[in-house]
Amino acid sequence: MTDTSAPPGRASRLRPVLLAIGGGILSLALTLLGLLIFTFIIARVVDADPVLSIVGERATAEQYEAVRLQLGLDRPYWQQFLSYLWDAVRGDLGISYRTREPILEEVARYFPATLELATLGTLFGVIVGVPAGVLAATRPGSLADQVVRVVGLIGYSMPVFWLGLIGLLVFYGWLGWVAGPDRLDASFKMMMEFQLTQYTGMVLVDTALNGAWDMFRNAVSHIILPASLLGYVSMAYISRMTRSFMMNELGQEYITTARVKGMPEWRVIWVHAMRNVMVPLITVIALSYAYLLEGSVLTETIFAWPGLGGYITDALFAADRPAVLGGTLVVGVVFVTLNMASDILYRLVDPRARG
Amino acid sequence: MTLTLRAGRAAALAALLSGAAPVALFAETPADTLVVVDAIDDIVSIDPHEAFEFSGIDLNNNLYDTLVELDPTQEGVLMPGLAESWAVGDDGMTYTFKIKPGITFSSGNPLTAEDAALSLRRVVKLNKTPAFILTQFGFTPENVDAAITFDGDTVTIKTDKVYAPTFFYNCLTAGVANIVDMKTVMANEVNGDMGNEWLKSNSAGTGAYVLKSFKPNEGYIIEARAGHWRGDAKIKNVFMQHVPEGATQRLMLEKGDADIARGLTPTDIEGMAGNADIKVTTDNGGQIYYLAMNQKVEALANPAVLDAMRWAIDYTGMTDTILKGQWGVHQAFLPSGFLGALDDTPYSLDVEKAKALMAESGVALPLKVSLTVRNNQERMDIAQSIQNTFAQVGIELTLDVGDGAAVLDKYRARQHEITLQTWGPDYPDPHTNASTFAMNPDNSDEAKATGYLAWRTAWDPGELGAATEAAVAEMDGDKRAAMYKDIQAKHRDDSAFVLMFGQLQQTALRANIEGFYTGGAVDSASYWLATK
Repeated sequence: MTDTSAPPGRASRLRPVLLAIGGGILSLALTLLGLLIFTFIIARVVDADPVLSIVGERATAEQYEAVRLQLGLDRPYWQQFLSYLWDAVRGDLGISYRTREPILEEVARYFPATLELATLGTLFGVIVGVPAGVLAATRPGSLADQVVRVVGLIGYSMPVFWLGLIGLLVFYGWLGWVAGPDRLDASFKMMMEFQLTQYTGMVLVDTALNGAWDMFRNAVSHIILPASLLGYVSMAYISRMTRSFMMNELGQEYITTARVKGMPEWRVIWVHAMRNVMVPLITVIALSYAYLLEGSVLTETIFAWPGLGGYITDALFAADRPAVLGGTLVVGVVFVTLNMASDILYRLVDPRARG
Repeated sequence: MTLTLRAGRAAALAALLSGAAPVALFAETPADTLVVVDAIDDIVSIDPHEAFEFSGIDLNNNLYDTLVELDPTQEGVLMPGLAESWAVGDDGMTYTFKIKPGITFSSGNPLTAEDAALSLRRVVKLNKTPAFILTQFGFTPENVDAAITFDGDTVTIKTDKVYAPTFFYNCLTAGVANIVDMKTVMANEVNGDMGNEWLKSNSAGTGAYVLKSFKPNEGYIIEARAGHWRGDAKIKNVFMQHVPEGATQRLMLEKGDADIARGLTPTDIEGMAGNADIKVTTDNGGQIYYLAMNQKVEALANPAVLDAMRWAIDYTGMTDTILKGQWGVHQAFLPSGFLGALDDTPYSLDVEKAKALMAESGVALPLKVSLTVRNNQERMDIAQSIQNTFAQVGIELTLDVGDGAAVLDKYRARQHEITLQTWGPDYPDPHTNASTFAMNPDNSDEAKATGYLAWRTAWDPGELGAATEAAVAEMDGDKRAAMYKDIQAKHRDDSAFVLMFGQLQQTALRANIEGFYTGGAVDSASYWLATK
């Protein structure tokens, strides 16, 4: 059972990782191009008139035409797409039809709120979901397994909208354990706006960096409920997948060998089995994180959370094509980046994947 | 080591949670701040000469003023704004406004007649969507410098022909006629935009408040100006928070995290009944629900069929249930509160009468027609109620459901048979609705006069068009009001429209809030009189 081959050198260990990064960048570019083409077509198929959404139904024909020309909508589609693509490559995602603000600025304003919420949600999901999954896998059929299964099932099947409202009603409305919707109380929000330096757009980080601890606590109080809600949905997925991966590993011969050798059970599970479970689990967690980063529209709506999901949805309803394209592009970048990151982690964790 | 880390993490989380609770328990709105929750994602621009959505106009009403204005405490009553006096010349076309002395903009610049004149010229030159409210008086970018002039403390405005003075003054109370600090605005001009971009995130008015922050789809903060010409606002700050979901607004209001909630559903309002901390006010809104019957469809041009339809709608059945608190029965095209509004409701559900009228019409029964309707819960509920009662009188209605844009496109292209629509006034004068419901100068397809609802539904209003033209030129206010009542009565009984419901605005407030006025159907929200 002893590995007699020489240990791989540092350079040979890094090569596959670098190759993965290179491949990832190429894949990123191709995916984004595909995404842009697809979204561009969809945005034009949707039966909504961006000019009408700007000028309103009372506008005269001249006002309508002036705006249509101003937006460049008189040009053929392929020309519109190529000029959009050229601008996007140079980092210019265009101007929102509705607000006339640069898309990049708008996305930069909404994305940190989503990032903060999704990161905390995923952390909750992992911290609770992984141990719950392991617990269920190590005691199949037990009460613990049933509880994890039922709790997971509720997370899967209950509409987020309903869960959010009930959560708000109970923890905010009745018990008063957490603060209400939005990211800060009104008074703190005004202080945040006018007295604090906003480094990242993430309220938790910015209040901490400013040393505004009252405000930080208030921000925690605001984010805890929506993050727990997202974390719960994420946990339901992660715990089920962890259970399944772990049960598969626990049936392997090397686990039996380890047990026969008298290794403590916690070490068998958390060191030996977990090392192999981590490989597919990283992908699951990354996908779950990416899903939350897309912006959970319903959660954002209920909690009045100014995030990316609500931004893209509003833009869709208003036929604000540049905003839809810009938002989708960011989501695409997030998805592919996380995919790439999980791929690299996967290679670092699993020696067999290093080629 | 792992255990220690895990324990540490758990302890940190517990500390965060325990630290969070007291903050939530003591959450309440600051004494010097009015916290309002509403859905404000309709805002496209807050440049007062471009804003044309409810939320933006509400905001601007507190940042800017007009030469003449409406009394926020009484619906439709004209009062002095930035002008202390005004008059119309013998020719009926020349209006003069004398500017009040001593008023300043938020920049500190004094208000002058020049600012007022240049502001109104800016509206015409920018020519954004609401500009028509002023350009309908004959102003064009080419002639406006000559038509709107200033001298000393007086602004002179010359219209292209004689209009009812009440019409002109009412239009000058609209948000598009707000006076801006032209020196500041023009100092921020970029590429000849007359400061349009700058005014999308700044204010430059004489209003009771000044804009401190505006974030689209998030909210705005405005701060009261000291020494305001109308008297200082009672509350120092107003914080508008964009909260799209009604149930969330309700929770925030009940918890005391919001002072005013403006986007509640009937269920939310009902759920708060009996809560001594909350009070609910009901005002008229401007929107009207109506059916439009395309006159190109032969059966729908039959007067008896149209009359039968008026008697085949369960108006009160709907306002007592699906529309409770949000809409009231209203059967005329002017919203309540407007000059000449007609508030009586002669039509009710009378199946037998409607059946008799259908029999009288000579149309083969069942009459099969489609109702084009937006895919929206409220509208679908109304459509289904109408489908049900129409079926009882021999009209088989199929629902043609589409999204807002698709339904509107069909209506504007005259491709509907019957369509369920809403309409709201553009400015606080009866001509705004009269001109679209009762005028249609050219009913041909080629005219493409989509601005006229009568054209959209291919209806020729005949003598009502001329009557509307006459009403808008009537110099006597009382006579003018009587003319609109007459036009509406005729329109209600004999047109291609069935007017059904008028909007009600329900606002829920914490019990300690006084003096908040929504502006009803004719005006916008005023924060400066509110106290808490």
